[in-house]
Amino acid sequence: MSTSKMINGVPVQEHFRDAHHQFDTAKMGIWLFMVTEILMFGGLFVGYAIFHLLYPEMFAEGAHFLDWKMGFINTLVLIFSSLTMALGIHFIQVNQIKKSVWCLAITIVCGAIFMVIKYFEYTHKFHMGIFPGNLLDLAKLNEHLAHEGLPAIKSTNLGMYFGFYFCMSGLHGIHVLVGMGLITWCLIRTVRGDFNPNYYTGIEGVGIFWHIVDLVWIFLFPLLYLVG
Amino acid sequence: MGNAAHGTNYINAEKGLMSWLTSLDHKRIGILYFCTILFFFLCGGIAALLLRLELFAPNVNAAGQAVAGAIFKTGDTYNQALTYHGAIMVFMVIVPGIPSIFGNFFLPLQIGAKDVAFPKLNLASWYVFMIGAIMAIATMFLHKVDTGWTFYTPYSIRTNTSVSLMVGAVFMMGMASVLTGLNFIATIHKMRAPGMTFHRMPLFCWAVYSTAILQVLATPILAITLLLLAMERTFGVGIFDPKLGGDPVLFQHFFWFYSHPAVYIMILPAMGIVSELLTTYSKKTIFGYTAIAYSSLGIAAVSFFVWGHHMYVSGQSELAGVIFSFLTMLVGVPTAIKMFNWLATLYKGSIEFTASMLYAMGFMFLFMIGGVTGIMLAVLPIDVHFHDTYFVVAHFHYVMVGGTLMALMGGIYHWFPKMFGKMYNENMAIASFVFVFVGFNVTFFPQFILGAMGMPRRYYDYIPAYEQLNKMSTVGSWLIATGFVIGLISIIKALRSGAKAPANPWGSKTLEWHTESPPITHNFSHEPHVTEGPYEYK
Repeated sequence: MSTSKMINGVPVQEHFRDAHHQFDTAKMGIWLFMVTEILMFGGLFVGYAIFHLLYPEMFAEGAHFLDWKMGFINTLVLIFSSLTMALGIHFIQVNQIKKSVWCLAITIVCGAIFMVIKYFEYTHKFHMGIFPGNLLDLAKLNEHLAHEGLPAIKSTNLGMYFGFYFCMSGLHGIHVLVGMGLITWCLIRTVRGDFNPNYYTGIEGVGIFWHIVDLVWIFLFPLLYLVG
Repeated sequence: MGNAAHGTNYINAEKGLMSWLTSLDHKRIGILYFCTILFFFLCGGIAALLLRLELFAPNVNAAGQAVAGAIFKTGDTYNQALTYHGAIMVFMVIVPGIPSIFGNFFLPLQIGAKDVAFPKLNLASWYVFMIGAIMAIATMFLHKVDTGWTFYTPYSIRTNTSVSLMVGAVFMMGMASVLTGLNFIATIHKMRAPGMTFHRMPLFCWAVYSTAILQVLATPILAITLLLLAMERTFGVGIFDPKLGGDPVLFQHFFWFYSHPAVYIMILPAMGIVSELLTTYSKKTIFGYTAIAYSSLGIAAVSFFVWGHHMYVSGQSELAGVIFSFLTMLVGVPTAIKMFNWLATLYKGSIEFTASMLYAMGFMFLFMIGGVTGIMLAVLPIDVHFHDTYFVVAHFHYVMVGGTLMALMGGIYHWFPKMFGKMYNENMAIASFVFVFVGFNVTFFPQFILGAMGMPRRYYDYIPAYEQLNKMSTVGSWLIATGFVIGLISIIKALRSGAKAPANPWGSKTLEWHTESPPITHNFSHEPHVTEGPYEYK
């Protein structure tokens, strides 16, 4: 059962002893969920490690097609968004709701910038004939390279590198979108006045999620862009 | 116990279908799972009966030999029925079964809590499970699936059946499993009543706790594996595809890294139930409480390091094979610890042969055979011989059906009075046990012999030399079905016209028996204060 009653501005669900008990439990739940997220990405990282060990040249060749500058900008954007997310929580704790709203809004904008840059990266690759796995259009890509006066592709299985690239960055991108959605929900609730220094469980949980998503990117960036 | 006077309880507190579909009460959600899982068990069971009927006689294609030919016109339909039997029974019955039904219903009651930690998440996980289940069933009306429940590559990449949708379905059901596990871990850590220390928790809670850890840590790997399989089918990402230098065996590694721990997701809660039953019906304090509690965690820990024993013949290195063989045998240690402690519990107890107790003892007998043949299969040279034969089929049915389903049935009868407030007919329940137990052995023991004779699994036909034992096995499957039908009738009869159950019909000591049958919505009218262990019989 979970009808809740207000205690000092905190809606405490009936099956909890007090607000503190509720907050602790919620936080444990969030962290457990984060463990599952990390393990899920972990499967991709293990696959990456195995095939990188088997085909290091192919991974190096593939990484050349990624623009490290774009990746770097995105890394900065996400790290900055982590700061604003943390500040958003901090300002609620000190009861400066307006500042908190601003911080959350900036975090959402950062997520959007990240996705827009990703969009340009993806479409540019599609334009060159770069698709994951079997769909990689080698003829089109070689034609493109010849046009630029660059040597043709040496690896026979370059599609696998882009299989990893699209799967890893794609799954991460989905998480960024979900995170933006969740932060928007927090933003609305903050504006509505649901949160106060005694009650900010939702925003705290979403914050943890957002930091983990950023952290995953911090591993993806060197592994995908800088490995060459 | 003030509410008892007015006769309100969790069942009649609110009325109407919507009050069930939107309920956040862990007991009602447990009942939702109970109904849905029972239905899927029926579906998977019918598939199994059809498979056995097909195997009643060899030479399906020969005219006149046609019991079987009439059921499955081609080998393809047999493969599909085999896939649905496996996938339904694993992902929709045995994996969610005990934790989702009894874990939901009794975990909060046994630790003296008002509810699980996250009631909304609990209801959400049922909906996620149902979405997955509906997707899985939808594949039957599209292009069906014929890969077996393991979805091995490269076949699962090449086949034109609805593998992607099925994989999506399993992904959803996996997510439901994660959410349930996460909820239970938080519940056990944070929601225990005052005085309910970890070492005063009933052993069922320990088992559910160990299971929940496995659900949370292993299932994400299944999720990513299945996502990659779907990506492989859609875009050909190449990770499992040899054409691009990928490795189909990597799929097996990933798959079993989840699915081996999943075997313990299926069995650990069953062991928890058996601990409850044995101590209750021998009216004796459980022997070796601490050993049984921690051996659950031990099994959970070892289970993460044994997945390679599914790949002895898949081209894995011999050294890896030897290491996995050793680690697999290690699982026998905590399992034997449980077994011996259970036996010692029975020693000099006042044993009552109720249906639940018979199911618990049936569990011990069958699980022992299943466990010992498991050790046999862990031995490399034996496994190379038995791999992909009916010996393996018999082994895992002894563990999953002889183990988990026997415990599930025992649990249903043990807790039925508490869940529904009605008593059932003991004789009918015992009759169901006799049919299930005898039928089970008649069905699956011959399969050990068939496997040793070299009969391969998964085929829809066989040479005449295997005929007698296959006939026996098929007849056994009818006995099992009879047993389950009697069980179902006993439950329906009890629901319609059972006598009112007292609060504690078995004289059990755990907390769920301290409240009314059926419990009130808030479980206890006063928060319990626990001052002693769960099994202080004498």
